[in-house]
Amino acid sequence: MDWTLLIYKTLFLFLILLITLLVAMYSTYGERKVAAFMQDRRGPNRAGPFGLLQPLADGLKMFMKEEIIPLTANRYLFILGPSIAMTTALLTGVVIPWGATITIGGREFPMQIADLNIGILYVFAMVSIGVYGIMIGGWASNNKYALYGAIRAASQMISYELAMGMSIVALVLTTGSLSLHEIVEQQHGMHWNIFYQPLGFLIFLICAFAETNRAPFDLPECETELIGGYHTEYSSMKLGFYLFAEYINMFISSAVIATLYFGGYNMPFIDDIGLSANIVTILGTIFFFLKIFGFIFLFMWIRWTLPRFRYDQLMNLGWKGLIPLSIFNILATGIYYYFTELK
Amino acid sequence: MQALTNRSKVVSDKKMTFIEWIYIPAILKGMSITLRHFFKKKATISYPEQKREFSQVYRGQHVLKRDEEGRERCTACGLCAVACPAEAITMVAAERKPGEEHLYREEKYASIYEINMLRCIFCGDCEEACPKEAIFLTDRIVASEYKRAPFIYGKDILVEPLDLNLRVDVSARQTENVLKFKQNKRFAHNK
Amino acid sequence: MVFLFYMLSAIMIISALLIVFNRNPINNVIFLIVCFIAMAGHYILLNAQFLAVVHIIVYTGAIMVLFLFVIMLLNLNKAIIPHKSRATRILAVITGGIFFLVLLAATRQTIEIHPRYPFTSDIGLVKEVGQTLFHEFLLPFEMSSALFIAAMVGAIMFGKKDV
Repeated sequence: MDWTLLIYKTLFLFLILLITLLVAMYSTYGERKVAAFMQDRRGPNRAGPFGLLQPLADGLKMFMKEEIIPLTANRYLFILGPSIAMTTALLTGVVIPWGATITIGGREFPMQIADLNIGILYVFAMVSIGVYGIMIGGWASNNKYALYGAIRAASQMISYELAMGMSIVALVLTTGSLSLHEIVEQQHGMHWNIFYQPLGFLIFLICAFAETNRAPFDLPECETELIGGYHTEYSSMKLGFYLFAEYINMFISSAVIATLYFGGYNMPFIDDIGLSANIVTILGTIFFFLKIFGFIFLFMWIRWTLPRFRYDQLMNLGWKGLIPLSIFNILATGIYYYFTELK
Repeated sequence: MQALTNRSKVVSDKKMTFIEWIYIPAILKGMSITLRHFFKKKATISYPEQKREFSQVYRGQHVLKRDEEGRERCTACGLCAVACPAEAITMVAAERKPGEEHLYREEKYASIYEINMLRCIFCGDCEEACPKEAIFLTDRIVASEYKRAPFIYGKDILVEPLDLNLRVDVSARQTENVLKFKQNKRFAHNK
Repeated sequence: MVFLFYMLSAIMIISALLIVFNRNPINNVIFLIVCFIAMAGHYILLNAQFLAVVHIIVYTGAIMVLFLFVIMLLNLNKAIIPHKSRATRILAVITGGIFFLVLLAATRQTIEIHPRYPFTSDIGLVKEVGQTLFHEFLLPFEMSSALFIAAMVGAIMFGKKDV
């Protein structure tokens, strides 16, 4: 067994875990700031300079709150729900290539925990298990609003997973690989997939909004209709887990979008400068994170711009709009490659 | 009906064009609006550090004035209590004993004078009704409390301090017009 | 690897038994999900990552969600098991026992089957599965998709009063 690699992977795993949690934490701060700025307000600015300690204060508040499990709730499933939501959200980060390889002393250290040859599908599998967190939690609460939220979440996620999967099929037709690492490597030098799959990107983006339960698809937890949706009965850190899982999902889906369509850690014109490979890798990782933050901002920007969908509109868009569109996209891509590769 | 602003639009139910139907231009337009607001000047006033200026005629917490020699002006006539639409003012009148001339200006004074700040609507009618220019509304804000009882303000809070430096300035409210209004013979208390 | 195999097998068998013996439908579904995830683990042990992930996406992520969905909507919190008479119970035990005997007899008589496709380490990867599915088994594959279409149309026909 290669001990250096094993230790490196373990350390890298914890680093990614830490970064994920940190980004999710500061996404809550960012969301509040963005919301405030878009509404001509100032947002949190009391805890620390510019309110930077606000996430810590929020976390502390969550920990100190009373833990309530309703008497009529199913106790074990009530605890299981947020655990599943959090676990699956964290598991997704494993396959994302955070950077190219770093060479130290002739050894190569890839900036990816696991380069699965079915990377995209793994992300899908984790997302599809993530639904259970919401469904089980919502059902176990024994509350009609929570149940409504859970049912909405499940049907919404199943509906949009189809269109998302089919937009990925078109992408896989262009790349010829399911491994995220390979997909990124193919996009080297401004051959970003967004230029080859603009429609697929749009479909994927919309589905990503729906899958993460973000506005305008936040029907499972819409405050105006369902109090809190599936987490109505939750309090303290269990509620915190649900909210946190949502922000982690947002971070991961931003990372996936950046990986699949925006070249991952590839930077434009980086080869022309002539830097050493390690510096290019580090710059690439930084650039990748900038892309991710850009998408997180987009998520927030959309949330504070668009109103929520009505349920029938949501289903219409999913089944009658995006699925036919993604099938058309697959067909068009397939026909294009059939004719270009014959020649 | 006449339009109130020039921004009103007539709602129509016509079929959407293709551009409208795909919604994306409309979404981008909305996003540009929110982005513009992102860089706009913020409307917030950070309260404890920054304070908004009060209007000249702001009506806040009441004060019971003393005259130049430090004697209470109130004579417990009860006109303010009568004028009060919220019935927030109660008082008990007492007669001035010999030797108390330095405390009370008139022969009769209010031994108890209470305003229930939860009932008060800060209309300023008490101030208008007062013949002795004893009660005024000031630009001070009524402090918040945890219970109801502390909101019944007695004389200890309402009467301004004796110290000349700590007197409450109400000169802004004693403009010439106000003084002329107070002399108006149409009102019963000036006859 | 062997340890992992036994652990996954134990999880699978225990959860499968719990599916049968537990009376709460929601718990049944959850144990079935656990069983499926353990099965996906077996696929990974066989280096069939594609099958494992597709198994999770299709069975765990879609079909079981629909099961859970239906159970939640029908509100089957307490399983209502109608009281059966003694005669039916005895008959059920006998039939079950006979079925078990048949199974046992069948497995005792098994001979070693030589698979048509010898096991290679990349048999479950995307490429292999795709090649097999779209070359050798193209017709069954397309037939099954036609079957799915028929099932979908049938479901819509059932659901709508007047088409």
